[in-house]
Amino acid sequence: MTAATAFLSGHQVAERITASLPGAVVEATEGWVVVAAERLVETCRLLHDDAELDARFLALISGVDRYDYFEVVYQLSSLAKNQRFALKVYIEEHEEPEIPSVSSIWLGAHLQEREIYDLMGIRFSGHPDLKRLFLWEGFPGFPLRKDFMTLPEGFKPGLQRFPKEDPESWGGEARVP
Amino acid sequence: MSLKTEPLVVNIGPQHPSTHGVFRLRVTLDGERIIDAEMIVGYLHRSIEKLAEERTWTQNIPFTDRMDYLAAMTGNLAYCSAVEKLAGIEVPERAQYLRVIFAELQRIASHAMANGTFINDCGAWQTPLMHMFREREKILDLFEMTCGARLTLNYMRIGGVAFDIPDEFMPALEELMDELPDRIAEYEDLLLDNEILLMRGRDVGVLPAEMAINASISGPMLRGSGVAWDIRKADPYAVYDRFEFDIPVGHNGDSFDRFLVRMEEVRQSVRIIRQAMGQLPPGPFCATVPLNVRPPAGEVYSRIESPKGELGYYLVSDGGPTPYRYKVRPPSLINLSALKQMMIGTSISDAVVTLGSIDINVGEIDR
Repeated sequence: MTAATAFLSGHQVAERITASLPGAVVEATEGWVVVAAERLVETCRLLHDDAELDARFLALISGVDRYDYFEVVYQLSSLAKNQRFALKVYIEEHEEPEIPSVSSIWLGAHLQEREIYDLMGIRFSGHPDLKRLFLWEGFPGFPLRKDFMTLPEGFKPGLQRFPKEDPESWGGEARVP
Repeated sequence: MSLKTEPLVVNIGPQHPSTHGVFRLRVTLDGERIIDAEMIVGYLHRSIEKLAEERTWTQNIPFTDRMDYLAAMTGNLAYCSAVEKLAGIEVPERAQYLRVIFAELQRIASHAMANGTFINDCGAWQTPLMHMFREREKILDLFEMTCGARLTLNYMRIGGVAFDIPDEFMPALEELMDELPDRIAEYEDLLLDNEILLMRGRDVGVLPAEMAINASISGPMLRGSGVAWDIRKADPYAVYDRFEFDIPVGHNGDSFDRFLVRMEEVRQSVRIIRQAMGQLPPGPFCATVPLNVRPPAGEVYSRIESPKGELGYYLVSDGGPTPYRYKVRPPSLINLSALKQMMIGTSISDAVVTLGSIDINVGEIDR
């Protein structure tokens, strides 16, 4: 019988990063480790080359709009060691967010970063060919941002489809900026 | 005398039979050698990830059918198991087995389509494709028998499956499982020594293992390059840890190897289905789950082995009735990461073969 993939907690990964790059880790939790945006590339290079973490397979990059800041989440795994972990970067700037690109380390980041730029408007500096992937050049706005298409007053995205929902019961007010 | 040549730009697609959808490939040619290749996608973009943020967790299941429409079952399974992981829902054993049976049937159907169109792209116009469709048709009949749909199935639910199998399902499946190994042997007889297919597929679109890992490539493409990585084995979901099966791998990482890997995977899927049929327990086919599931605030990345590769869902919940973020890891898109590297230096006629062997699905690329 085969064993399941080991999930490395953020603390474990943070310890490993701090041993070589002190100060790069901003925060670590059970589920992920947060790295400073300006030290992202050297951290990723370390994770990729490190014998113990061996993060040679970048499974997914995804962006999350948190209203006042952006999160970029990297799901990294090692095929040889059968383990995985998550890395996050926070971008405080909401109008013109920008972080360094990791496409020099992983070829697989190339298309995924273009997708995030296209739909969420996060610029990846150092990306060799950063342009829209699905939408055309000149498309107004970035659809996956939460404030895309400001709706007329009183309309709350998502909620009007559920007239019996009480927004107070789940803190729904907080979702609308 | 020296001849001055100028690079020529050729658009393959968006309307071209070998692109399997509305996919455009812009290649720059020097003579008939490809010196640059660029993919242009988005013709089928429906912004499913944005739409999903406006619908409840259960209402989002039909979207998964419409991404990879040739493998709707595995799309259902990937999404439902991600939500279950996030909400901590226990799935009954019978549902787990049914999910495995249907996911493997879907894999056979998808691989039949992939291999059929691959041979089509190699020049054997339509006849082999129709042979592959014969098997696929029987699987679609089984789907129709169970859930009424053939393509956009919407069969799985959060907590299990929508319907139990009807009485006539098992005899029909039994018959198909008896038939399939002979059919695969027949195809191998016809195709594996076929000189034309070997010349078109061997050493075309070579992808070294090192580059495959670096480019996040997964599924039959990664295995074709010689990396024995299968999420069903490495990180078993559903009840895959109870079945015995092998991971077929290629050696050269060329188009023909990817074709062979898919052929062999069909055989392994038959093995899995046979074991699952024998072990199928009685019991409920769906857990008792509220219609409007609300996973607690948190996030999850869950992945399964779809016919095309690692199909993952990154879901973020804020405790509300709809997902806060619904992100798909589409294997079809990410498998194209090394497209340029695979194509440069080959001839224009090989571009079609290389693309065919990647097995893309534009519904999943564009979402």
